[in-house]
Amino acid sequence: MSGLLRIWAVLRKELTQLRRDRVTFGMIVMIQLIQLLLFGYAINTEVRHVPVGVVDQSQSGLSRVLLQMVEATQVARVTRHFTSMEEAEAALRAAEVRAVLIIPKDVDHRVARHPSVGLGLPPSTDEETSRPVAQWLVDGSDTLIAAAIKSLRNMPLAELLDKPANRGVPTFEVALLYNPEQRTAVNIVPGLVAIILTMTMIMFTSAAIVRERERGNMELLITTPVRSMELMVGKIAPYILIGAIQVTIILGIGHVLFRVPINGDLLHLAAVTLLFITASLTLGLIISTIAVNQLQSMQMTVFILLPSILLSGFMFPYEGMPVAAQYIAEALPATHYMRLVRGVVLRDVAITHMWPDMLWLAGFIVAGLAVASMRFKKRLD
Amino acid sequence: MTEAVIEAQDVSRHFGQVQAVQGLDLRVERGLIYGFLGPNGSGKTTAIRLLTGLLGPTRGKINVLGLEIPRDADKLRRHIGYMTQKFSLYDDLTVGENLDFIATIYGLSSHARRARIDALLQTYELTDKVDRLAGSMSGGQRQRLALAAAVLHEPELLFLDEPTSAVDPENRRDFWEKLFDLSAQGTTILVSTHYMDEAERCHKLAILETGVKRADGSPEQLMSAMGAKVVELAAPGLRQLKKTLIALPEVISAAQLGARLRVLVSDRVADPIAFLRNQADVPADSELSLTRASLEDVFVTSTGKRAAS
Ligand SMILES: Nc1ncnc2c1ncn2[C@@H]1O[C@H](COP(=O)(O)OP(=O)(O)O)[C@@H](O)[C@H]1O
Ligand SMILES: [Mg+2]
Repeated sequence: MSGLLRIWAVLRKELTQLRRDRVTFGMIVMIQLIQLLLFGYAINTEVRHVPVGVVDQSQSGLSRVLLQMVEATQVARVTRHFTSMEEAEAALRAAEVRAVLIIPKDVDHRVARHPSVGLGLPPSTDEETSRPVAQWLVDGSDTLIAAAIKSLRNMPLAELLDKPANRGVPTFEVALLYNPEQRTAVNIVPGLVAIILTMTMIMFTSAAIVRERERGNMELLITTPVRSMELMVGKIAPYILIGAIQVTIILGIGHVLFRVPINGDLLHLAAVTLLFITASLTLGLIISTIAVNQLQSMQMTVFILLPSILLSGFMFPYEGMPVAAQYIAEALPATHYMRLVRGVVLRDVAITHMWPDMLWLAGFIVAGLAVASMRFKKRLD
Repeated sequence: MTEAVIEAQDVSRHFGQVQAVQGLDLRVERGLIYGFLGPNGSGKTTAIRLLTGLLGPTRGKINVLGLEIPRDADKLRRHIGYMTQKFSLYDDLTVGENLDFIATIYGLSSHARRARIDALLQTYELTDKVDRLAGSMSGGQRQRLALAAAVLHEPELLFLDEPTSAVDPENRRDFWEKLFDLSAQGTTILVSTHYMDEAERCHKLAILETGVKRADGSPEQLMSAMGAKVVELAAPGLRQLKKTLIALPEVISAAQLGARLRVLVSDRVADPIAFLRNQADVPADSELSLTRASLEDVFVTSTGKRAAS
């Protein structure tokens, strides 16, 4: 009973301070708005309009049509024309263009012999039919750009000769569920909830406690009857509310601005989110028992945040990562929440079907609180 | 002998190589105002933190209000009040919110809270400041707020760590009046200071230097047991005279106070006035008189140094 009263005292104090701290309060809203817009608009794994250069050694009508076809794919945009290979390579090195298309002198001849054109001319030797029409020189350091240019490898050539395209029957039929239009934002926005919560929840709690120690408030608090656990619960409770506000804003704006569907049950969404918020707050508490000043708590937050962005499945699919990275990812609460939130929001999975991730988060909270209150001694040394 | 509320035996605490407190023996009886007098770095704060259980001792035994510290520190919390050296309430809360927070932590019901806080605001002259942010108040106001918070749960034992360091002399006098009021109501007070005049107001005190207790007792006891006599000497050319006198083994210290020289002469000399007159450098027409010892003289004889103030 008096324990509850003490928790209430800490909680109310925390809310009053938060209300006065305009900057922090503004950050709570602004950070995520900016991130949402940045990530929502900027992150696009579909590469388009790569600036490329051309070395056209044939200068024929055919080569001009070929260029138009390349541009029509929207993958590449011809920005430069070079007269020599040296010039082209220099521009590639200077990153003025990301790839160079070299059209050889005998391009007409090569096109005519190309099997995809299917002119059925006098039998050509194997060597001749296996010769490509032109060559791409790509800055391969960025694998996404390289992959985009590679996708042009089998660009159909039939149109070049005004022949109907030879559309063969595909080996597989692919039906795209949950995100049929293949918009990146649909996958990014729910993931962004996990990333923003990871950042703000860990940062705010760890800083809130470390600040108290830095300013000397802790010396007074520990001479009062307040218990470690009461202090911690009282301190993190207001942030649960703030976390809930953040999720509402991100998904709300994501829904309106980026047409992200909310397919799942809102109650299920609330349940998994509450678990994750509490897990992140617990992590912040643990950090606060290790860091001695706010700079350190900030550094430790970033130390957790970076792998959460890179390994949680937010940027790259979990399944594609090396096994070692998967182990690290499994240790991060963000990875588990990433699965849960995408599951509920995009695929309408009932949380009863995702209990391993739920259980993991619950276990993390219990263990984390135990570790934090063990480390948080009511002593100065 | 009256009951002891604080007893410490051979308590030491070091931080790495630094000996913050060394072999401290202490006995504080109920109802006293007990002082820790010492310059900065002499171990006052560390000693108070050891006695309140905020720090564990490297060695030694501590008993406060019959509880073994630091083992039973949790049980001690309700019975002691602690005013830290650095203001440790919340700058971004108002006077009223700070007091309400502390009162709730101590489990006062909302009705009891209001009555107690109103009374404290009255006593510590903060009623018209109740809606001011603590961070925007003067040193004296913050100090009164901190004291109000420390006594809110009516502790029987109060620790005050340099409570007047950020306060002007007039406020210091008022503050001590409040302490005497608390003492009269039966609160035992342990207060640290580096001001001689404050130490002189204590019933008993301990002089600390580099973590070691050099002397303890009531101010009067300390002055009479000082082992030296105080002679004031008025003469021209004091600066040169001071140097020659200090070189004498019987002279413990000499300090210039305006036109006079305050000389501490060891008790080994039976007649200090005659002794000084016989010194060749002392002009024949000098005025010499024995004066009452002050606490500063006690401090100098027990530590060999003048206090910082
Ligand atoms: N937490 C600490 N870590 C390291 N050294 C400390 C710590 N606290 C105090 N000290 C050292 O112990 C000595 C006594 O300090 P303190 O008790 O604060 O003295 P006072 O309160 O009389 O000024 C000083 O030399 C100080 O530097
Ligand atoms: Mg101190």
